[in-house]
Amino acid sequence: MSENLLAPLTALGKTVPVIKKIGGITISENPDLAIVSLSARMGTEQDLQNLLKPLLGACLPGPGQAQFAEDITAIWVGVHQWFLMASLSDHPDYADEINNFVTDAASVTEQSDGWAVFDITGDNLVPLLERICNLNSKAMSSGDATRCLIEHLGCLIICRESVRNFTILGPRSSAASLHHTFVTAAHSVA
Amino acid sequence: MSQKNRLDGGQIDRNHRLSFSFDGKNYSGYAGDTLASALLANDVRLMGRSFKYHRPRGVFSAGSEEPNALVELRSGARREPNTRATVAELYDGLEAQSQNRFPSLRFDVMAINDRLSSFLSAGFYYKTFMWPAAFWEKIYEPFIRRAAGLGHLSGEEDPDDYDKGFLHCDLLVIGAGPSGLVAAQTAGRAGAEVILAEEDFTFGGRLLADTGLLTDQHANDWIAEVVGELSNLPNVRLMTRTTVFGQYDHGIFGAVERVTDHLPEPPSQKPRQILWRIYAKRTLLTAGATERPITFDNNDRPGVMLAGAMRAYANRWAVAPAKEVAIFTNNDDGHRTARDLNAKGVKIAALVDSRADAPTSPEFEVLSGAKIIDSRGRLGLKSVKVRLQDGSVKDLTCGALGIAGGWNPNVHLTCHKRGRPVWNDHISAFVPVPDSDPLLRVAGAAAGLFSTHEALQSGADKTIEALKDLDISAHLPDLPQAEGAPVNIAPFWYVKGGKGRAWLDLQNDVTVKDIKLAHQEGFKSVEHVKRYTTLGMATDQGKTANLGALAILADLEGKTIPDVGTTIFRPPYTPVSIGAFAGRSRGKNFRPYRLTPSHKWAEEQGAIFVEAGNWLRAQWFPIEGETHWRQSVDREVLAVRKSVGICDVTTLGKIDVQGADAAKFLNHVYCNGFAKLPVGKTRYGLMLREDGMAMDDGTAARLAEDHFVVTTTTANAVSVFRHMEFCRQCLWPGLDVQLISTTEAWAQFAVAGPNSRQLLQKIVDPEHDISNEAFTYMACGEITICSGLRARLFRISFSGELAYEIAVPARYGDALIRRLMDVGEEFDIVPYGTEALGVLRIEKGHAAGNELNGQSTAAMLGLGRMVSQKKDSIGRVLAGRPHLMREDDYRLVGLRPVYAEDTILSGAHLMSVGDPANAKNDQGWVTSAAYSPHIGSSIALAFLKKGENRHGEVLRIVSPLDNMDIQITVTIPHFIDPEGVRLRV
Repeated sequence: MSENLLAPLTALGKTVPVIKKIGGITISENPDLAIVSLSARMGTEQDLQNLLKPLLGACLPGPGQAQFAEDITAIWVGVHQWFLMASLSDHPDYADEINNFVTDAASVTEQSDGWAVFDITGDNLVPLLERICNLNSKAMSSGDATRCLIEHLGCLIICRESVRNFTILGPRSSAASLHHTFVTAAHSVA
Repeated sequence: MSQKNRLDGGQIDRNHRLSFSFDGKNYSGYAGDTLASALLANDVRLMGRSFKYHRPRGVFSAGSEEPNALVELRSGARREPNTRATVAELYDGLEAQSQNRFPSLRFDVMAINDRLSSFLSAGFYYKTFMWPAAFWEKIYEPFIRRAAGLGHLSGEEDPDDYDKGFLHCDLLVIGAGPSGLVAAQTAGRAGAEVILAEEDFTFGGRLLADTGLLTDQHANDWIAEVVGELSNLPNVRLMTRTTVFGQYDHGIFGAVERVTDHLPEPPSQKPRQILWRIYAKRTLLTAGATERPITFDNNDRPGVMLAGAMRAYANRWAVAPAKEVAIFTNNDDGHRTARDLNAKGVKIAALVDSRADAPTSPEFEVLSGAKIIDSRGRLGLKSVKVRLQDGSVKDLTCGALGIAGGWNPNVHLTCHKRGRPVWNDHISAFVPVPDSDPLLRVAGAAAGLFSTHEALQSGADKTIEALKDLDISAHLPDLPQAEGAPVNIAPFWYVKGGKGRAWLDLQNDVTVKDIKLAHQEGFKSVEHVKRYTTLGMATDQGKTANLGALAILADLEGKTIPDVGTTIFRPPYTPVSIGAFAGRSRGKNFRPYRLTPSHKWAEEQGAIFVEAGNWLRAQWFPIEGETHWRQSVDREVLAVRKSVGICDVTTLGKIDVQGADAAKFLNHVYCNGFAKLPVGKTRYGLMLREDGMAMDDGTAARLAEDHFVVTTTTANAVSVFRHMEFCRQCLWPGLDVQLISTTEAWAQFAVAGPNSRQLLQKIVDPEHDISNEAFTYMACGEITICSGLRARLFRISFSGELAYEIAVPARYGDALIRRLMDVGEEFDIVPYGTEALGVLRIEKGHAAGNELNGQSTAAMLGLGRMVSQKKDSIGRVLAGRPHLMREDDYRLVGLRPVYAEDTILSGAHLMSVGDPANAKNDQGWVTSAAYSPHIGSSIALAFLKKGENRHGEVLRIVSPLDNMDIQITVTIPHFIDPEGVRLRV
């Protein structure tokens, strides 16, 4: 997308991402994530795998899993469906880019603005995560990614580094509610 | 103040003296005390008044089963009524008040009830407050409500924070007595993920209250050793002050952790309590047992308590309830209490044992085959009357009486999934059915294994067994040698033949006579007796009362106790504060809210917001000088019709439909045709349910041969998506269709009014021609605006005016509305909210949620011809049911008042003029109503029988609830531009 005249806001309604440090926990809003949904067309799953493998350096991940490549992350979100994620500043027209790449092998849908993205880091995030979602976060290791409710909201939780680094995607319109939950829980455990 | 009843020893920290107050009087205690132990140490036996008769009461137990010693803890907004003094951990500055008394605990005028007890027997209010019926609501119920309850809420907002969380483990161990500690040790060493939850503030359970060695160690040293080992294991989570209060399906448990209840107030931003949902692969219940009393006349005086509690106060808290005590028992455990107290220097007036063959003691007098038949002492026990084996009567002077009627295993959690315990004759108590639940095992006293040896052994054995299920190999640890005394009990429940009142349920003032009365009046099922007499209700749930009542019922019925059966235990095991259930969900965060992309801008404009589902939508935008919402809404509506307005419609559901069979799919989902919709066009669509009733309406825009964007109503965004997924996955899995919600991803604005095109032309990039000729009514397309921002434009209208909906990536929504307002200044652009949106659509005659209420057919909406008979679609067949095709069915019509000043309200019913207003004459109802500034009067949409043939007819609309009865004229449901000319200019 070329430079336009309108200025974007982050999911929390700010011009710059909100970053909160509470005790040893850092909660950072990440607006620089391009997200597209990739759904295999009927009978094209293998074609899609073949197309994506060079990009990912591996197969598209299975249920509950994410695949991290150099500048791209793929996570399983449903049967024959994945989210691909990359830096928005590097890939401003990511949906078009992927659409042109996969052609008829998959349906591609722009999802970048559907989600509020929070990167959460700290030495031990288990006490925080067990306050906010029903996952056995202690048992999650890098590459685990799953869908889970947080305060009744369908979220995606991606473990980037066991115990220490997680990315949480939640519905953008409820970014403020989610952020409130994270911050309150972080204060509670800090 | 001196602690005159304090003994030597105990597990209190004498270097840490604490001050506290009870009813305004200051006392001192030590760290490690509970409020109850500290009050006893200060010779305070009178701690409360009973519920119904306001009888003076003292502490009865030493744990969470306490029925009597309920107090109001803390003050101000933190005041918490009905707190059990036995589990309230003492802290410096603790304030407690007695409750249910006026003006003071020692002199309570409401104690008059005690004199009126013959009028207040079981079920008295069912009998007393029957007549006259009109008195119930205004007099009787308020009176009963005022009299009921014990303590009082502060009425202020709870100032504390609460949290919630989720835990996962291989083995959850509930209760950290000897059995639980060994279980955690066994599982911890095996590498299993273990949670050890203990309701007390320290580990050890009954070991803390008893003397006796474990091998050659004091119990405390052994506890410290085990807890030390467990706390060094990363796979073991130790949780004190945590009550597991309920068992739910599939190994899920509810627990509440009282994080800061032992502090004057929680540190800033820290929760007072945490509600945990624990997912356990296997669970071991080691919750111990609760002692039960023996009932006799006037057995409720302050100073009368359970013998095991008396022992706990002496051993753990170094407190004697009085200088001289008596014991009443039917089993050997009572002797143990007498021995321990005697060893501590407390004088034993006598041990009264109901068994004729009771063991004797060289240390104190044992009265075998004797029974206590009465007691004396108005505000505290002074003496008990004993009938000796030979029938003679003897008075024993004592300040406290310990009663040992045997122990009931704490089976409660095994019953939460409808498990029924079975009777065990050996211990005269109900025990869990062994191996009845593969997910929940029971060990120690909770399983009826009362000796310390059995507790240790069964804790380890059951853990090994449970972990074997999970393929985790565990080994028996070296168990310490412990006492293995057998249970020696001769069941004895209550002393018969008394003339006074003998109390079964101390908390609810239920006596033996009440049970007999209930039985006499036909309440024979134990569940009925419970409800009629209130036995076993309230904070203690009858933990010390239930079995005594069952024994009496069994006597009356001539049955055994197991034949009478038990009431069912339900969660919570002990009371849980509502705040803990609410957790973080309070105030504006009661539930997550959803903000539209223009929310921040709308706030700056002073918009008034309304909740639409979880969304906060701008309802109207007041400007200076407007004092009533109608002024704002009328202005917004007129401005749209005159020039242009803008409304955030992001909340409408948006579903991306792609795939080679996308058109075919939509053709099945919608009742009208979509297969031939050209690329670049949008069509209004109606979805029916399988039963033929209208489900939702919206539009589908075809962006490419294999790509549609479907919009839904705000309310049905989720349900329509779920319905479409069901269709895709289950009805037509062979179609190549992919669905995903994009509701959140796009900020979408309705731009409506005759100048809407001119406005948009100012921001749409010049390469996109949106002239009337190039971008006709119902066109859609992907465009760019503001020098390259990708956007989608739909020429659709809800208002009846020339209108568009423009969508941009959500992050640009705020900037777009600001830009549109800027460039629209020359057109006097206004933002409009949901109220104006509603008025505009009623003027145009568009159906919305009020009309699509699940009971409407396409025909009723005037859309019957949309249901294509040329193709199959969901609901088509059943929409053709004769009943739904009746010609006299309801049809959507418009209404205008005959007298323009009259106001129509929705919900009113339509009647013929002159007919009585009753259901028989009902001809339909008003679905939506508004004041139309365009028409200059109230207008409405309504469903009217045969409505399409009755335009021009004058009827009345009646709403007795609104005191409304006015005449209206039936019209077509389009108050503006019925030909649709404005849409196409």
